[in-house]
Amino acid sequence: MSELQITVNGRDYHRDIDESRTLAHFLRYDLGLTGTKIGCEEAECGICTVLVDGVPVDSCVYPAFKAAGSSVMTIEGLAEGETLHPLQKQFVRHGAVQCGFCTPGLIMTAHALLEENADPAREDIKHALKDTFCRCTGYASVMDAIQSAAREKRGETPLPVKDPTVNEPMDVISRSVEPQEVWEKVTGVAKYTDDYVFPNMLFARTLRSPYPHAKVLNIHTEAAKALPGVAAVLTHKDVPGENLHGLVYRDWPVMAGDVARYVGDPVAIVAAETQEIADEALALIEVDYEPLPVVADPKYAHSPEAPVLHPEHPTGNLLKHIKVRHGDIEQGFAEADIIVEREYHTPTTEHAFLEPECSIGVPEGVEGHDKLTVYVGSQIPYQDREQVAKAMGIPETRVRIIGTLIGGGFGGKEDIAGQIHVAMLANATGRPVKMLYTRQESLIFHPKRHATIIRIKTGAKRDGRLVAVEAELYGDGGAYASLSDKVMTRATTHATGPYVVPNAKIDCYAMYTNNTPCGAFRGFGVTQSAFAVEQNMDLIAEALDMDPIEFRRINAQKVGVTTATGQLLRESVGLLETIDDVRKDLTAHHNGRGFTWSWREGSKAYGWGVACSYKNTGLGGGAPDKSEAEVEAFEDGTFEVRTAAADMGQGIAHVVAQMAAEELHVAYNRVKVLLCDTDLTPNGGPTTASRQTYVTGNAARLAAGALRAAMTQSAAEMLDAPPDSVHYEEGLLRFDEHKVDYGTIAKWMKSNGIQPRTLQEYWAPKTQPLGTGGDMHVAFSYATQAALVEVDMETGEIHVKKVISSTDIGRAINPLMLQGQIEGGIVMAMGNCLTESFILEDGVPWSRLLSRYKMPGIKHAPEIVSHLVEHRAADGPYGAKGVGEIPSINTTPAICNAIYNATGVRIFSIPVDQDALLLAMKNNRHEVHTAWHDVK
Amino acid sequence: MKLWNHYYTPTKLSEASELLERYAGNARVIAGGTDLLVDAKAEEGHTPFEALVDITRIPDMQGIYDQDDAIYIGAGVSHTRIVQSDVLRKNAACLVEGCGVIGGPQVRNVATLGGNVAHALPAGDGTTALVVLDAEAEVIFEGERKWVPIAGMYRGPGQSLLNPTKDLLIRFRFPKLGAGEGTAFDRIMRPQGVALPVLSCAVWVKLDAAREHFEQIRACVAPAGPVPARLETAEAAAAGQPVTPETIETIIQTALSALKLRTSKYRATAEYREEMAAVLLRRTLTIAAQRAKESPQAR
Repeated sequence: MSELQITVNGRDYHRDIDESRTLAHFLRYDLGLTGTKIGCEEAECGICTVLVDGVPVDSCVYPAFKAAGSSVMTIEGLAEGETLHPLQKQFVRHGAVQCGFCTPGLIMTAHALLEENADPAREDIKHALKDTFCRCTGYASVMDAIQSAAREKRGETPLPVKDPTVNEPMDVISRSVEPQEVWEKVTGVAKYTDDYVFPNMLFARTLRSPYPHAKVLNIHTEAAKALPGVAAVLTHKDVPGENLHGLVYRDWPVMAGDVARYVGDPVAIVAAETQEIADEALALIEVDYEPLPVVADPKYAHSPEAPVLHPEHPTGNLLKHIKVRHGDIEQGFAEADIIVEREYHTPTTEHAFLEPECSIGVPEGVEGHDKLTVYVGSQIPYQDREQVAKAMGIPETRVRIIGTLIGGGFGGKEDIAGQIHVAMLANATGRPVKMLYTRQESLIFHPKRHATIIRIKTGAKRDGRLVAVEAELYGDGGAYASLSDKVMTRATTHATGPYVVPNAKIDCYAMYTNNTPCGAFRGFGVTQSAFAVEQNMDLIAEALDMDPIEFRRINAQKVGVTTATGQLLRESVGLLETIDDVRKDLTAHHNGRGFTWSWREGSKAYGWGVACSYKNTGLGGGAPDKSEAEVEAFEDGTFEVRTAAADMGQGIAHVVAQMAAEELHVAYNRVKVLLCDTDLTPNGGPTTASRQTYVTGNAARLAAGALRAAMTQSAAEMLDAPPDSVHYEEGLLRFDEHKVDYGTIAKWMKSNGIQPRTLQEYWAPKTQPLGTGGDMHVAFSYATQAALVEVDMETGEIHVKKVISSTDIGRAINPLMLQGQIEGGIVMAMGNCLTESFILEDGVPWSRLLSRYKMPGIKHAPEIVSHLVEHRAADGPYGAKGVGEIPSINTTPAICNAIYNATGVRIFSIPVDQDALLLAMKNNRHEVHTAWHDVK
Repeated sequence: MKLWNHYYTPTKLSEASELLERYAGNARVIAGGTDLLVDAKAEEGHTPFEALVDITRIPDMQGIYDQDDAIYIGAGVSHTRIVQSDVLRKNAACLVEGCGVIGGPQVRNVATLGGNVAHALPAGDGTTALVVLDAEAEVIFEGERKWVPIAGMYRGPGQSLLNPTKDLLIRFRFPKLGAGEGTAFDRIMRPQGVALPVLSCAVWVKLDAAREHFEQIRACVAPAGPVPARLETAEAAAAGQPVTPETIETIIQTALSALKLRTSKYRATAEYREEMAAVLLRRTLTIAAQRAKESPQAR
């Protein structure tokens, strides 16, 4: 320990700290300034940015003593009292805050920029924020916010907010209200799991298998247990209940016992007084492994010679064979004038949410917790509770999950991470235990997007009508089932694209391998099949010499048609409108000679590409899909909506608040939201499948409506007025000459023994399992996108200049924040197309550092024009359907179609390799079947 | 994970040397730390450095100045200061361009040119520029303070001449840019997950008095071998030739026949690299020649 003298946010500190502290750790853990977030500890993501003597640095790799004597500024030092800094204000105003985890880093980096440059151009912002990442927003709103803040600082009018046009805004619905807790997020006060501290808390770490497949013979924990400061070392023998978890199949050991099936399988867990001691203890645990043959490829996994990874699974390594049968496939191809058959490859990809997983377990009876409690930012708190209880061998009623804010999820926070481990360690030690994953651990541990091999054969008639689609998909599910069954089902059922295809035969093989497990990731399998489907569409259009947009129009799903799974589409199919929106913008795009799909300028080739997509809302496939929400009125005239639906930045919190406010006829700011506490909030079900706006939105709408009715009844009694004479004004109920506010009614109800709260369950319309015909889903969202790319003909480098998007979301509940979902989805999908691949080498992750997994940064951000189409869904709340996934599905094929139009080279494997693209152009080849990860 | 135990910020060269001596091989010199600490973090089971000796507060390592006919840059100068330096913009455009594309602002604010060289990366963008600037490094090597040509600072890929637990890198110097001289730097990256460039390239050209012929050039593309090296045959091919696209193509062809570019896993194929070597040489030679033509006349 040595004394560090430092000024932070204008305050002088003299602290005795360990010389090994980083500045980020000092700020967060010694000073409690948890607004500074840690995303990678590799100087890659930039979200830990603070200013040292006015200069932005990555505090995660900056030794605290390097800043000795310096003046440090963090996000907490930016606002002046209650007055937000212009940057904070404009980030809120432009909707540039979603999960909020990167927000402090973005704002601090931008602050340094504005101190130097009072009028930054877009390019200046891209230069300054090049290495400060955001996974949610897509950066467009961030750039607007920064330019607006600069204008505000200069005393000029800020830029207008790009609020999209919507039909029929109501009082609160279809209005761009501020999201919940956004003030906390821009000031650094917002609390994510690692920001919680409990007295006497221990720190936990996990020892993971270094082998993709190995027998675990012995685990020697004695030396680790003997290390001073170690409170517990646990293995599979210490799992009190069932040593298994899993959302669909319970096949994933809480702790690997006899066999480790992937690099990352947990073998031992340690709780110690400090993170450093826990690290030391891990190094002292010796494990005897016997390496086993590795199954690293899904096709090999399907072969008879492959070792069987889960002997208890009835179909061996074949987790599931998923089939779509529709019409007569042979007849269909016999009728076809043109048939195109191609094979496509997509890689494993990583969510790279900026907040690594963290859980805190607190035992029953400690720090006011009346049951075993786990704090976690999870997408499915009630299933966490069930899985923790089963593994702990206790009833669910003795477990409580408290959801914290979530720093991004995108599907990657559905499976169990550390929830059960901290429960085990908390009970074993009788103390609170925090387990924070490092970025590197997060990368190797959690389920990813499935790598796929997709062979697809498409047949069409000369007039442009599709007649048949036959496809075979292989999905690499990795070591455990996670959500592979459901994800690959979605890939399969969506493999016709959003088109009318009278004859289809699609087979998908979801396979177990020894790769990192794969599960839910925004797009849920459809991202992969769309890459193949939409390029085959362009190939056919070209063969027919038909405009690719016209070809899509001819085949587009519309009301009255039946999908390949046998679902008659009765309503809310806005695909044609989305196509027309994009076509209108596209054809208005002149480059001096009217619209052309491609052109050259010097050594640059330009091309537009287009692609459509659709995505189900809700679980579907016969799964009961329900949500519950509770709304309570308080005597001060405010309300609270309670539901366990996770807000990982996508904004379900403001969506349910808007619905409640609309139903109750009160201002939005009177409604607060409490999410994800299994003791206080009813079950909203999993936050997946773009379902929460639809399902929990409906539950909140119904609960608020029921509360309004109950309060109207009470008010009528109280005032002795006929209930049906009521008129609602903002916050008031008026009965002819009498009026009363909600607070007074709530008080009256309580004094009369009536609780002013209602709980409603909402069941989505029943759906049918695949293969039985009928409605497999309650609704579909639709989208069309066009991408403009620039390809450097000398280097093969690709830049996406612009994306035009139109999305049918039923109804925009919050247009600005919904637009943020679309922009973020598009940029995330650009990563899928151009930069991202989680590389495994014979089951061993090569991408074990964030520096080896590049997601799109601000310099990649294209101009995005986005239109909304509102084809209301009858059962959706106010007509809304899902939006979470749809925007990230068709960007990849739109870019690939654009690259083809620009260069004449078609990409069959992503991420697009500039090396292979250039060599194809030079050598007059027209197809690229390899990707970046094939450069060896 | 603990990466080091003790952290020192000496303000004199002698203090830094004493600390290194005192820790007898268990202390490491650190500047910005953006390579050293990130590498340590990435290493499985990293044993903490007993001590880190931060040299960025030593004034001898902090200056950027011209003296007599040379430019001096302290080893502890950050990339940001290099990019913003008027002296360097005037005398070493290639270095400014090379340092300007390293990392993002947060990294450039702390990462140093000395660290770039001491880490001995075969494709350090700053070092590629230093090679064509004909720079020398002043070091304290095995107790002796001396000047070493930049090429002499490398013993192999990632292997510096300097022992990071004993030796110190103090500053760099290279000749001021003369009349009729110009430099340029460019590189090709891929957007996927590899931090190192596919290829980077720096050139220095000197034109004749009429500014119509190449009198002399220096060129370096990296990584093209275990240590950064000049393209000597190509340089020779340029001497006395007119400044024309044809000459530049001749230089490129000569360079390509001498270069032995490998396929590097997840980075680039040999074939692509050859294409890029040509593109980069063409771009940088054209720009450097233009800059040389437009450079101020000798007084």
